[in-house]
Amino acid sequence: MAENLLEVRNLTITPAGAEAPVLHDVSLSLAPGERVGLIGESGSGKSLTAQSVMGLLPEELRAQGTVSLQGFAGNILDAKERTLAKMRSDLVSMVFQEPMSALNPLMRIGDQIAEVLRIHGEVARGDIPGRVLDLLTSVHMPDPNSARYAYPHQMSGGQRQRVMLAIALANSPRLLICDEPTTALDVTVQKHMLDLISERVAAVQAGLLFITHDLAVVAGVCDRVIVMYAGRIVETGSVEQIFTDPQHDYTRGLLASSDLDATDAHGKLFTLKTALSYAGPIDEAGSGEDVASDDEDEQSDGPAVAREPAPASAGEASTGDGSAPLIDVSGVSKHFRSRGLLLRRRSPVRALDDISFSVASGQRLGIVGESGSGKSTLLNILSGLDRPTSGHVRVGDIRVESASSSALRSLREDLQIVFQDPFASLDPRMRVEDIVSEPLIARGIAREERLARVEEMLLAVDLDTKAMRRYPHQFSGGQRQRISIARALVTRPQILVADEPVSALDVSVRSQVLNLLTDLVDDYALTLLFVSHDLGVVKHLCSDVIVMKDGHIVEAGSTEDIYAHPREEYTRSLIAATPSLAGALASAT
Amino acid sequence: MITYVANRAIQFVLALIVASVVVFALMSILPGNAAQVALGTNATPDAVAALEAQYGLDQPPVIRYFNWVVGMLSGDFGTSYVTGAAITPVIVGSVQVTAILVIAAIILAIVIAVPLGTFAALEQRNWIGVTISALSQIGIAVPNFLAAIILVIIFSLTLGWFPSQGWMAPVEGFGGFLIRLVLPVVSLALVQAAILTRYVRSAVLDVMREDYIRTARAKGLTRTKALFVHGLRNAAIPVITVAGVQLATLLVGAVIIEQIFVIPGIGSELVRAVANRDLVTVQGIVMVLVFLVLIINLIVDVLYPIVDPRIRNAS
Amino acid sequence: MSGIPSTTSAVDAPVDRGSRTKLRLNASMIIGAILILLIVALALVSFVWTPYGPSAVDPAARLQSSSPEHPFGTDKFGRDTLTWIMYGARITLMVGIVAVGIAVLIGTPIGIIAAVFAQYPWGAWLSAVIMRANDILLAFPALLLAIVFAAVYQPGTGPAMVAVGIAAIPGFARVARSGTMQVLGSEYVRAAKASNRSAPAIAIVHVLPNIAGMVIVQASVAFAISVLAEAGLSFLGLGTQAPVPSWGRMLQESQQFLSTQPLLALWPGLFIALAVLGFNLLGDGLRDRFDPKMEARGNG
Repeated sequence: MAENLLEVRNLTITPAGAEAPVLHDVSLSLAPGERVGLIGESGSGKSLTAQSVMGLLPEELRAQGTVSLQGFAGNILDAKERTLAKMRSDLVSMVFQEPMSALNPLMRIGDQIAEVLRIHGEVARGDIPGRVLDLLTSVHMPDPNSARYAYPHQMSGGQRQRVMLAIALANSPRLLICDEPTTALDVTVQKHMLDLISERVAAVQAGLLFITHDLAVVAGVCDRVIVMYAGRIVETGSVEQIFTDPQHDYTRGLLASSDLDATDAHGKLFTLKTALSYAGPIDEAGSGEDVASDDEDEQSDGPAVAREPAPASAGEASTGDGSAPLIDVSGVSKHFRSRGLLLRRRSPVRALDDISFSVASGQRLGIVGESGSGKSTLLNILSGLDRPTSGHVRVGDIRVESASSSALRSLREDLQIVFQDPFASLDPRMRVEDIVSEPLIARGIAREERLARVEEMLLAVDLDTKAMRRYPHQFSGGQRQRISIARALVTRPQILVADEPVSALDVSVRSQVLNLLTDLVDDYALTLLFVSHDLGVVKHLCSDVIVMKDGHIVEAGSTEDIYAHPREEYTRSLIAATPSLAGALASAT
Repeated sequence: MITYVANRAIQFVLALIVASVVVFALMSILPGNAAQVALGTNATPDAVAALEAQYGLDQPPVIRYFNWVVGMLSGDFGTSYVTGAAITPVIVGSVQVTAILVIAAIILAIVIAVPLGTFAALEQRNWIGVTISALSQIGIAVPNFLAAIILVIIFSLTLGWFPSQGWMAPVEGFGGFLIRLVLPVVSLALVQAAILTRYVRSAVLDVMREDYIRTARAKGLTRTKALFVHGLRNAAIPVITVAGVQLATLLVGAVIIEQIFVIPGIGSELVRAVANRDLVTVQGIVMVLVFLVLIINLIVDVLYPIVDPRIRNAS
Repeated sequence: MSGIPSTTSAVDAPVDRGSRTKLRLNASMIIGAILILLIVALALVSFVWTPYGPSAVDPAARLQSSSPEHPFGTDKFGRDTLTWIMYGARITLMVGIVAVGIAVLIGTPIGIIAAVFAQYPWGAWLSAVIMRANDILLAFPALLLAIVFAAVYQPGTGPAMVAVGIAAIPGFARVARSGTMQVLGSEYVRAAKASNRSAPAIAIVHVLPNIAGMVIVQASVAFAISVLAEAGLSFLGLGTQAPVPSWGRMLQESQQFLSTQPLLALWPGLFIALAVLGFNLLGDGLRDRFDPKMEARGNG
């Protein structure tokens, strides 16, 4: 096995003072120049494995086994910090997940890149500035010359991640490790970053260990995939084999629940439980993958010309029965003025600019946009938590922008919200029964009845009634999101607003929560507003969609239409950038 | 950056104005009659009225406040009702003494605390780190006047290395000045060093957990080197804040040390003025101390953007 | 069928971290609590029993060292030091309780109100004014304020307690404000608002329980500061007046006998240090308990 670039043998990691290891007997290898994806959900141990290779394990963890790297004498796990430091960046480099905190906030970008060249001393001192410029150019940094003098906070997340890649590849290491390098980025930025990583790794002929939770991402970048689950490797194989013929139940489950295009016999998304009947990613006719292919322009342009322009009227397009829409938003703008003392005065930020749309009763509307698109501000205005600068919002027969506090109260009885972060949206110091019954208390419902309804609701979201006496931290992310849904529905609202409800969840839990949401929307005849950055989720769940960018509505219409025939360039790039299993497999094979 | 500093400067001036009103109100209006206080309860009404007329106390408070502020701005803190002497020279002389004491103490505290705190953070799992933490925790609990008494017992009364009290201006003899400075400065600095050590340790521990330290190690720096190159400047921000607060605390806290070592600092003058019921002098000294505390806060505020480009660009 | 047992239990099972809800005790908290209990016990016992009366002078037994009759020795009038230490504990605790009480009761609501007002456009300026006033109050350290009070009124325990309490208000206001801002910005408060809870209900149900920990930690630290301030003031003769026993004045009176009877300085000094240490350690321990992120942060 001497020819392998990386060789991990029987790696077991145990936290100090704990009995049970968090990583069991992990063995893997990587040939020179090979690109391997390490797939797993949170807690699977994929990041620990990567940190062991870098010699960056936290001190409170004890590691056993061997990790050897071509060009490094001995076991990395036993090496001293001084020896490891020489190896890092020279033999193996790493790009981390969080672009916002991975760079020193007090140091200029150019200096941070120059530092890695200086440490290893392979570039002559006088050549360093030129080399820094080359590196910034090689990662396609816009205006690389002035980027050298910028501080990290002056850059976007995508740009910082480019800088990280430039630093990681500065000394042409033999192996590059990427730990979820695109998870914190918007989809369109993610696409560029993934392409860039492939390009640069090929350019310096390095091996790649790519860590991610997203199967679709790994397929586009890697040759081989290693699947981890609960601290163990459960399966290894080529991308094609893993995608088309998974051997292990967990792999199949992960694959099935990642595929938002596939549904089981009952029209539900696959979960780990129902994964057995999953047939693998199929390129269904008319699905988004067509658009991602090269001839997208011909495909989408035709219908776009034929269709009459009907901007910003997603609701009306699908109601058709003539009744007034349940929600009506017209010309809504929201400007934020930054508040400062005395001398500070800045131009207002236009979070929303002239937004109009309507939603019919029983409709499922998806609102899609990347960070900064204004979708959260829109939600706040709809739910009466914030007021628009101008424009009108009507929900039912309530005029939200000018509603009295009693009108707002009755609005909130009809409109409830499920929030994004299952860990932040539940008060850590309250019992589940108190959390779920909170909306009922405000309505003045007696305790007996409250508890009865909480119990009923918890059963409806598949939670045990024993949960009532517990505190939020005693539940997993998926369960917390169920509690959050129970709280939203306990008052039997007409409208449910879901603000990225699954984006913080693991893939296998995501499909369970989405299925639950679908069932409840049917059972309670809800009107659903579903906000997400993930086109795949919206496509599965919603009949109509609004695409937002920079506070504007870019495009609106029925989900099918938009995906099949996007009229706007931005929508097209968004669809093209969204990783899908079938698309990824098609490009990989 | 310029707007930021201008903003802070305006806030400083506003705070100073409000503080002067508060001090004046506390000292000149609440207790009733300063002349009565100065002369004692058995003074005749005539004597009180004469004193009032002499110092303009019969004027309305607004005018008196205005006169006081204008006087201070031109460097005149007025005349003591009790001694009849001008207050300004007393304040100027004693402030210099206290400044020497306090600045020497904070420098000594920083010199002790920064390496010790950094070391305690780096060795946090070893007995050395734990010992430093425990010692600093105990050090915080020792009031500076107790530290002074212990130091006097050991180094003055037992070993005889330093005088147990007294003061000599540097111009009168630099050796004599230094040898009298040691015990007071060390008593002031030890406690502050203990407090600062804990802050430095926790700031360094926080910084060590930052992602950019991991990046620096991934670049090929050792843990220790990564801390020195990237960490310490980041850790400086919270430490500057604490050191500023400490300097302000020391300024007033030095009063007890000045009493113990019989040093003619501003604290000693303040205590003497309080004991003499010399309210005009108390009022002047308090205003000077508040002014210095606010100046220290202003300096700390201006240091932030110099250290941190994010604050520099925010304005 | 290896690897994953049943899916529901493996992936979405209840994670029982019940131990976290229990009061986690740590060494700092235990040692701190023991020291504080010791001082509270001294103060309580002094109401029922002391070895001698506080003013029982014995000219024959002046400036004695430890002996079976006088375990801590005697002072220049032959008064029993242990008795004085026990009485002194009362003053120390009383000053702390009153000063911290003033600061908690005034500072915490100010901080909460400032944070609540900051949410509304019409209240933002008021919030800013409150916090600016707070900053100005910070320019008056406890000792300075107490000296001013002693100058304006008669020096005594009362003005000292009030001055120390007022000087501690900004600390509580800041802690309460930043804690409240954090809670009000959280998603669970958004959820509560979306559930039609009124502002007072949110303050009581969500804000108070979530900032209580921070306020308790601050109270512990403020208690330590007030013990130091009272001792310092009494040392200067501006705090507790004779003949009421106080640790700070005992220390001050011991100064003239440093070369003949250093023990006289040792006892009050030791007890002041133990009291401060106790409250600081308790504060540290509570901080770890309430906020693991703030682990091992120092205090001043």
